[in-house]
Amino acid sequence: MASDERFSLELNEQFAERRLGAVRNPVVEGPVSDWATDFSHVEPEWANDMYEIQAGLRTRCPIARTERFGGAWLPLRYDDIAAIAHDTERFTSRTVVMGNFRPPLDAAPMGVTPPISSDPPFHHPARKLLLPPFTKSEILKLEPATRAYCHELIDAFDGRDTVDAAVEYAQHIPMRVIGDMLGFPPEDADEFRVFVENALEGINLPPEQRIANMGQLYEYLVAQVHDHIENPRDDLTSYLLNCELEGEKLNAFHVTGTMALLLIAGIDTTWSAIGASLWHLAKTPKDLERIVTDRSLLPTATEEFLRAYAPVTMARLVRDDMEWNGVDMKAEDWILLSFPAANRDPDQFERADEVVIDREVNRHAAFGLGIHRCLGSHLARMELRVALEVWLERIPAFSLADPAAVVWSKGQVRGPRTIPMRIG
Amino acid sequence: MKVSIDMSRCQGHGRCYDLAPDLFDEDDEGYGQVRGGGEVPAGSEPNAQLAEANCPEHAITIEA
Repeated sequence: MASDERFSLELNEQFAERRLGAVRNPVVEGPVSDWATDFSHVEPEWANDMYEIQAGLRTRCPIARTERFGGAWLPLRYDDIAAIAHDTERFTSRTVVMGNFRPPLDAAPMGVTPPISSDPPFHHPARKLLLPPFTKSEILKLEPATRAYCHELIDAFDGRDTVDAAVEYAQHIPMRVIGDMLGFPPEDADEFRVFVENALEGINLPPEQRIANMGQLYEYLVAQVHDHIENPRDDLTSYLLNCELEGEKLNAFHVTGTMALLLIAGIDTTWSAIGASLWHLAKTPKDLERIVTDRSLLPTATEEFLRAYAPVTMARLVRDDMEWNGVDMKAEDWILLSFPAANRDPDQFERADEVVIDREVNRHAAFGLGIHRCLGSHLARMELRVALEVWLERIPAFSLADPAAVVWSKGQVRGPRTIPMRIG
Repeated sequence: MKVSIDMSRCQGHGRCYDLAPDLFDEDDEGYGQVRGGGEVPAGSEPNAQLAEANCPEHAITIEA
């Protein structure tokens, strides 16, 4: 039997130790007293209308504060968000999910899910390994299979007049595509959904539960690693197992951390973008009609959906005590880096709160800015474009069956998790 | 007209080669590169401006 000493039986224990070594803060839940001093991205008001809260804060603060999560800042202006995204000296990416855990300091410079969690100088070579399989031309090779899968999902709607566009369409597309890229069995998709929800929405669960949830994900990944050691194949998991960084194979934390990143970040983000775009078209008949009549609007419309409904908010940790743009930041304070807020800053975008589907100049930050630009941005754009093209071709007339029943996710990735849709 | 990319700013967003594939291309890692030394053929000026105006990293420069 093939073996690989990096992935010994003691590995799960090592993972658990690493997680238990994290700094933990008490879980604070419940209504926000003042969004400027007590914000929380996991309360229902935020999930329901993050944009209104952020617009209010932008004129009031414009860097909000909370004592929850052990202390965090929320900048609202594009310029501040861009400056932090570009400043890897004063802000570390050791972890990019803000919650009640801070990984041990020695998790840097690799961080928990490299390369998104890596700081220079570790970051660049680790990212470089992953860039070739994620270029636009490599990704375009996956387009025919993605298109066929979208058709298959719509075939299953046959004979029904109401479907759930988030549950029955949007979520499946990125799960299938990234699952295939990693070489994971397609029938495991239900588990992927649980991993995604645990990782991103479960940040305020009791610590024991959170640790157990992370353990579940890593056990799954290690099982996939062992399967790939025994049956190597042409996919990203085998690639990660075999590739070298400065002459050495990647250690177990690096391999599984990157697998976790690709799986989680590959799913919920694009699922959210597809869902939010369909939701917008369903509730805005004039935009739907324009696009159906003139498909050449789709590229600018897609970019506009990415701007207006950018799914991803990142996080950073402050490296050392400092005064930054008028606020007194302490080492280990979180920064909630809201690209959605940047994308709706009226100083950066005209008609920032409107969805303008033929917007020609659209320097949005949906995929981040600086060295951590979303590795999968070309993949996400392909999936979003194909998902919309196929849906519009097959279902040119649709509307929200029950607008009040649409549920948005909380936490750092925003998207509709259920969209009852009337079709045909 | 000539276009150029500041490689210290480019992060591989790919907006330039999406919007102006006649003027820009991707390299093996997805970073942008100019075609034909950056010379903008007659008629491609609007594409050059579109790419410049949409680069999230402000990495593209146009010289008249």
